[in-house]
Amino acid sequence: MPIKASDDDPEKARRFRDAALPYLDDAYTLARYLLRNATDAEDAVQECYLRAFRHFDSYRGPAMKPWLFAILRNVCRAEYARRSTAPTSAIEDVAESAEQTPLWHEAEETPEAQLQRRWDSDTIRRLVAALAEPFRETFVLREIQNLSYREIAKVAEVPVGTVMSRLARARAMLRSAWLAEEEQRK
Amino acid sequence: MTCDEAEVLLHALIDGELDAGHAREVESHIAGCPRCAAALRDYREMSKAIAEAGMGYTAPAALRQRIEAALPQPRAVPNRRAVLRGFAMGSAVSALAATGLVAIVLRQDDVERIQSEVVSAHLRSLQAGHLTDVISTDQHTVKPWFNGKLDVSPPVIDLTAQGFTLIGGRLDYIDARAIGAVVYRRRQHVINLFVSQTSSTERRPAKIDTIQGFNIRHWSERGLNYWAVSDIGKDELADFGERFESATRVAG
Repeated sequence: MPIKASDDDPEKARRFRDAALPYLDDAYTLARYLLRNATDAEDAVQECYLRAFRHFDSYRGPAMKPWLFAILRNVCRAEYARRSTAPTSAIEDVAESAEQTPLWHEAEETPEAQLQRRWDSDTIRRLVAALAEPFRETFVLREIQNLSYREIAKVAEVPVGTVMSRLARARAMLRSAWLAEEEQRK
Repeated sequence: MTCDEAEVLLHALIDGELDAGHAREVESHIAGCPRCAAALRDYREMSKAIAEAGMGYTAPAALRQRIEAALPQPRAVPNRRAVLRGFAMGSAVSALAATGLVAIVLRQDDVERIQSEVVSAHLRSLQAGHLTDVISTDQHTVKPWFNGKLDVSPPVIDLTAQGFTLIGGRLDYIDARAIGAVVYRRRQHVINLFVSQTSSTERRPAKIDTIQGFNIRHWSERGLNYWAVSDIGKDELADFGERFESATRVAG
């Protein structure tokens, strides 16, 4: 894309910094979850900010974060396309079978068992990373980035209904995977 | 409502996205369905755990720097230059100023002029969106942000425990030169700490002045000039300066 004259405008750069840089950690977090790789995430976020700056003239709000995320997501999709041989994630299959044979809600649950079932951050991170891409994206945008369903729909370019079904699937898969892990530990 | 419907809608219930009518329907289904009730309980627990675990990542400082470097750099705007042209400085003094010898060659009235510039910079910083270029309460984020932007990187010290919260850093212009400003907050009051290089390594004890209702604490140490500016009281500003000075001595 050609650099426009206004791209040299320090005042524009200042407004852009003030508006967009506070979301750098959020953007980096999203890129880490989408790309599952620190180096690729850095490159994607840098590209995202440069694109965002070029298009900053057309930014009309309201919320900066979803606007940045929509750009970042497109950058990440280009990266997926580049990795045409990306490995498929394992959890989908695991979760499918886990969903068909519910592992735990049949069992008697005591209050003690409830307390033992804890979600620690390392495990959640690992399980989220193993989710298939559309589910991972929706889940991270909702649970970690706190976007509303409508914002997620905009970022992911899908109807709100799709967001809801993906989120339901993502959470169900995580829950099943978690419970499967607990079974193994016993 | 069937379990299939509830399985999708209970997520919207958790996320506060359901209208009141649907929320009641889901709730009444859950009241009579142990399976969906258990799922809801688990999902709530999961969301809570995620919120508490802090699942986010912090962007590396190098990434921030690369993005900063790719954006057009701020420069002194013309009207500010016009103001500075009013300086009654001889060319020799200007030349010296350009080499960073400002503080030791300036006459007293120039010192005052610099102080009023410091106050102007403080006032500018309070306008919306001008306070910080880098926002962080982490000194290890703010400090490296200055690298490469200034001849001298100001010391960035965390004084949160002492009641002065670090909120970020900014590039500013004093005496026609780029200068680093470290920004702190004391209750609802902003403290700008301007730091510039001086050729003198002599320690100059602190002096507090009041200009246009703002207090300025000025001191020099180890080749750096400091101006702390705020609308907090003289006592509190002195307290801030003393804590900062003793922390730099410990750190260095």
